Amino acid sequence: MSFLDVKDLKIHFPTDDGLVKSVDGLSFGVERGKTLGIVGESGSGKSVTSQSILGLHKGGRARLSGEIWLDGEELIEASTEHVRSLRGKKMAMIFQDPLSSMHPYYTVGQQIIEAYRIHNDVSKQVARKHAIDMLGRVGIPEPAKRVDSYPHEFSGGMRQRAMIAMALSCDPELLIADEPTTALDVTVQAQILDLMRDLQREFNSALIIITHDLGVVAELSDDILVMYGGKCVEYGTAEDVFYRPEHPYTWGLLGSMPRLDREPTERLLPIKGSPPSLINVPPGCAFHPRCPYAERTGDRATTEVPALAETEGGHLVRCHMSREERRGLWENEIKPVLETQ
Amino acid sequence: MSENEPLLSVQNMEKHFPVTKGLFKRQVGAVKAVDGISFEVFKGETLGLVGESGCGKSTTGRLVTRLLEPTAGKIVFEGEDISHMSQGRLRPLRRDMQMIFQDPYSSLNPRHTVGAIVGAPFRIQGVKTENGVKKAVQDILELVGLSPEHYNRYPHEFSGGQRQRIGIARTLALKPKLIIADEPVSALDVSIQAQVVNLLEDLQKELDLTYVVIAHDLSVVRHISDRVAVMYLGKIVEIADRKRLYSAPMHPYTNALMSAVPVPDPKVRRDRERIRLKGDVPSPLNPPPACRFHTRCWKAQEICKKVEPPLAEMVGGHQVACHFPENAPEVPTAESAAKTG
Repeated sequence: MSFLDVKDLKIHFPTDDGLVKSVDGLSFGVERGKTLGIVGESGSGKSVTSQSILGLHKGGRARLSGEIWLDGEELIEASTEHVRSLRGKKMAMIFQDPLSSMHPYYTVGQQIIEAYRIHNDVSKQVARKHAIDMLGRVGIPEPAKRVDSYPHEFSGGMRQRAMIAMALSCDPELLIADEPTTALDVTVQAQILDLMRDLQREFNSALIIITHDLGVVAELSDDILVMYGGKCVEYGTAEDVFYRPEHPYTWGLLGSMPRLDREPTERLLPIKGSPPSLINVPPGCAFHPRCPYAERTGDRATTEVPALAETEGGHLVRCHMSREERRGLWENEIKPVLETQ
Repeated sequence: MSENEPLLSVQNMEKHFPVTKGLFKRQVGAVKAVDGISFEVFKGETLGLVGESGCGKSTTGRLVTRLLEPTAGKIVFEGEDISHMSQGRLRPLRRDMQMIFQDPYSSLNPRHTVGAIVGAPFRIQGVKTENGVKKAVQDILELVGLSPEHYNRYPHEFSGGQRQRIGIARTLALKPKLIIADEPVSALDVSIQAQVVNLLEDLQKELDLTYVVIAHDLSVVRHISDRVAVMYLGKIVEIADRKRLYSAPMHPYTNALMSAVPVPDPKVRRDRERIRLKGDVPSPLNPPPACRFHTRCWKAQEICKKVEPPLAEMVGGHQVACHFPENAPEVPTAESAAKTG
């Protein structure tokens, strides 16, 4: 069993308009020292997944089922108090928007100190020293002075660093970063990505990075999980997903993206239509209304949900087409077009 | 209009926002959002404007469409100086100059139907159409890939990508000559981004449009632009045609920006040497003296702190403002002339 093991996770929200199946049968694992990248568009269920691992949907309206095993402990059945005690020390999260996820009335230092003292029986002075130390480690200049600043006194990049410092203050074994750099400029994003990579190496923690940016995923991830309509459609190593992708949705994502490392093409190759609403996920394969190859599998595309099946060495794909067909399409049709870019 | 005459010409344009203090609103400083920039846009081309947040690229867009009045400098549109023109006299010109906004959620009035939104320009400008406004609006809706039946629907019934199309339809209603697109795709999902980028390109070909595209995403800008200007703290630091700028960037800042963009290729990340910039962008309230980039530049020397480098042409239309440009053409021309001779 992996350090984090999620099995058949389902998160459904009952609403007035119907049942929103945000996550519908998701399984994955992450080892210590490894990074999993979760990619998907808005509404694919990627953020809800991470929030449920931290137990943030406990006691809410969400209906959770399945299993989340963290270091041999099951979290869905565990009590709210117990999950809370794990937060910070065992697992921590870096949110997308640091301004709204920090308390505006407390200094950055106070917020780090509070979390540290909950998990460590130390005096305020010791905790303060630790907070200054952490702020320095994430590259905040003059940490001894900035520890007494309020979040609004920091710039966007600094705030994101402060939040990383906060998340790492208790050396969590599992770190989840939900769009950690989306709100940042590219030069600052590069600094934060380097920082996360260095810190992960140092702490040997398991890292889950959730993003819509394939570039960010490629920079950090060992494994990649592509989500669509609340389900995993492709899962594999970074090399599998970038060099041998087999799901038409992954092809579409790769074709939609202009790239700096290749000669520019005349046209991008977008996916037609828009992502589905989670109240009305299309029947059968959720991707079939947007899939250019849906006719190839006839009625099955609209009536039968394809299984997530192994194609080779841990590389999983949820598609009705046969392995040979997918590989043929990739090698002969998709890859040549993408590579001329 | 002759080939050489620009559609839009901006000369030493400045916009300083006053910072006031106290009861009597005494001015205590100014945010130099745009601080003396010059550029030209020719008919049928796309000029990309890139830079990080706070560099003044959006202010530039608002100045050339005269949503803001410049503090100094000149804006010439089709041979007419519009820099201080009154709103009344500007109104007829607005037909020829339109804007696409970033956020398709806040730029459309939620209480108006699509027909009212896209038809508004006709009413405001008092434009008569052959078969009535409704028919004209439905034609435009079809042009941007929406259905004419959408005429009576409200913005909330549409997805983000469709809303952006509505915004584009409104922009196109009166067949403008110049379109300023401020981050037209950054609020959209990856797969939808590609659709909108392709749409903008198709429309340009079909309607002979001229674009100024403002964006922070270097790969999108490269894909869509003919020429690209890079801004830093209210100044243009480099401007060149796309091919030259991306293959041989001269300004250290441009180099840093490009190397900071994450590459969606897991192999590349391991081999790549990245330029790490120190710190954040300084505040435009107190920009560093002389070369504004010297505080973060690894090539900075004494002269950079004392003398501001002018935006000077290096080779064939490639202008750069730097004392020590990279990829500069070889200086000893006698030697290279001897070689070729």
